[in-house]
Amino acid sequence: MPERVPRRRAQGFLEKTLGDLTGALEQALFAEDIARRPGLMQSLDPRVKLLGALAVLLAVSLSHNLLIIAALYLLTLPVAAASGVPMDFYFKRVWVFMPFFTGIIAIPALFNAFTPGEALVTLLDLSSPRIYLAVTYPGVITAAFLLLRVGTSVSIGVLLILTTRWTSLLRALRVLRVPQSFVLILGMTYRYIYVFLNAANDMFLARKSRMVGRLSPAEDRKWLAASMGALLSKSYDLSDEVYLAMQSRGFRGEVLVLDELAWHRRDSLWLAAFLIIAALAVALGRF
Amino acid sequence: MHIPDGYLSPETALVMYAAAAPVWLRATRKVKEVLSSRTVPLVAVFAAYSFIVMMFNIPLPGGTTGHAVGATLAAIVLGPWAAVLTTSIALVIQAFFFGDGGILALGANVFNMAIAIPFSGYFIYRWLAGGAPGGSHRRAVSGAVAGYLAINVAALLTAVELGIQPLLFHDAAGHALYFPYPLQVSIPALLAGHLTLAGFVEAAATGLVIAWLQRSNPQLLETYGREVGAAGRTVKAAWAAILLLMVLTPLGLLAPGTAWGEWSRGQLQQLGLGYIPSGFDRLSNVWTAPLAGYDLPILNNPTFTYFLSGLLGVALVVVTLVGLGWALDRFLRRGEMRDAQLM
Repeated sequence: MPERVPRRRAQGFLEKTLGDLTGALEQALFAEDIARRPGLMQSLDPRVKLLGALAVLLAVSLSHNLLIIAALYLLTLPVAAASGVPMDFYFKRVWVFMPFFTGIIAIPALFNAFTPGEALVTLLDLSSPRIYLAVTYPGVITAAFLLLRVGTSVSIGVLLILTTRWTSLLRALRVLRVPQSFVLILGMTYRYIYVFLNAANDMFLARKSRMVGRLSPAEDRKWLAASMGALLSKSYDLSDEVYLAMQSRGFRGEVLVLDELAWHRRDSLWLAAFLIIAALAVALGRF
Repeated sequence: MHIPDGYLSPETALVMYAAAAPVWLRATRKVKEVLSSRTVPLVAVFAAYSFIVMMFNIPLPGGTTGHAVGATLAAIVLGPWAAVLTTSIALVIQAFFFGDGGILALGANVFNMAIAIPFSGYFIYRWLAGGAPGGSHRRAVSGAVAGYLAINVAALLTAVELGIQPLLFHDAAGHALYFPYPLQVSIPALLAGHLTLAGFVEAAATGLVIAWLQRSNPQLLETYGREVGAAGRTVKAAWAAILLLMVLTPLGLLAPGTAWGEWSRGQLQQLGLGYIPSGFDRLSNVWTAPLAGYDLPILNNPTFTYFLSGLLGVALVVVTLVGLGWALDRFLRRGEMRDAQLM
């Protein structure tokens, strides 16, 4: 998974970074929008969703049976539909974007060079020079395990993120015994990400609006380093100001987070259902 | 380098969480000691910065662009312990709120990117920069080299974690259950990308930003890195902990294999008893060549060779880091003596 994108002639690093920044903002707004809609998952306590998602993720991970993993994926579909998740997005997010990474990684495993075994389709069979290329049966199974497991895990993660507001998800982290100060920092970081998204967006837009030609990559890098450095200085000043603001409001290092979550009977039922499904999948998937 | 869920077995994921947890604990204590109530806003704001910087596309000569992790830069500016926290939090937010990188694999991602990079990057930087003055060219170059090496340490760790999957986790017929390629494939595949591309992206980001800070905001390079930077006894304790974790990583990954009853099959194959999947047989013939140097005839066994090369990979990192640690220790002591003489 080397993090690289080949550069197209029309798109420089400026446009790409701007695209990435707005993409993140869009994604967060989209998730927030769906999390506010009425729906099945939205009506559950975030702790149920977090524990349920973790249990099912673990079951997907522990299962040694392709059919069980496929069944778990199929079970997420009615849940996603009942939660108002746009189904085309739900499929696209996983099965259209994933092949670019995991799909490419899985392809070589199909062939006899990486996964020898009984040939399913023989592509090339020359005697001299000896070249034999075939898609093997174990190769297909190996690739299917990787794709199905990654696809199902990503779907469960997407379902959790889309149907849970980030503030509730943060509060839910407390059930995992995540320390309060950590939860506070996570919440603050999440807020300041938007401040920086806007700041970086402004910097890149300002730069783009003043450009008429193309600069050399060396100039580009210099400018980029300057903007990273400027943001770093800004972070330092900002953390100072935030600290003073917190202090002036009485912050002395102790962290108090309000736990205003309400647990209903149906939450217990759903949690039990998630856990039973996960346990069943693990038990059946051992074979 | 973000490992998604589905690539690692749950056993591996758990071991990586267990490896990351004590470092988090120590980092929290260490940062609180120095910053007390300032910790919360500083870590929160710099974690947000770290998150945003990971989105920047950095142009390289030849027209490609790539994303930097920025953890070496954070370690140089904030000190390694604070950088562990800020990078970890950025990774947690990516996993939990944006779906980048797995939730179960988060422990592994944190270990590779938020622990291995800040520590290796910071110490390589300190070692290379030596006693060079704050505004010197040498500091920027040291930062670039440290960024390049540190991300490759992380890539190697990632490759080892992925590469031991097919050895430890497969079903009765020998099909790999998780990441399918052995160390002989995963290490060259990951390192090829990082030695040629991602490493230079990281080097450019780290070196150029340090150069910019030297010109525009030199105090920033002096403030926290010194205070929260490990010094004296803490350095040794930190090194001991990190090295121990690194040595224990492959062993810990083996142990759960036994617990799940996977190892007995492996042992059967090792002893040549019962059935040996034809896949393993042929694989050993196809892939022993790159390891011919230490593939002794007695050990001519794919399982053992995989394990051995895994250990060698980790040992290589450990030896490099121990060497750097030793050099750093000497450098620090010399510095102390000089300071004492001056006084």
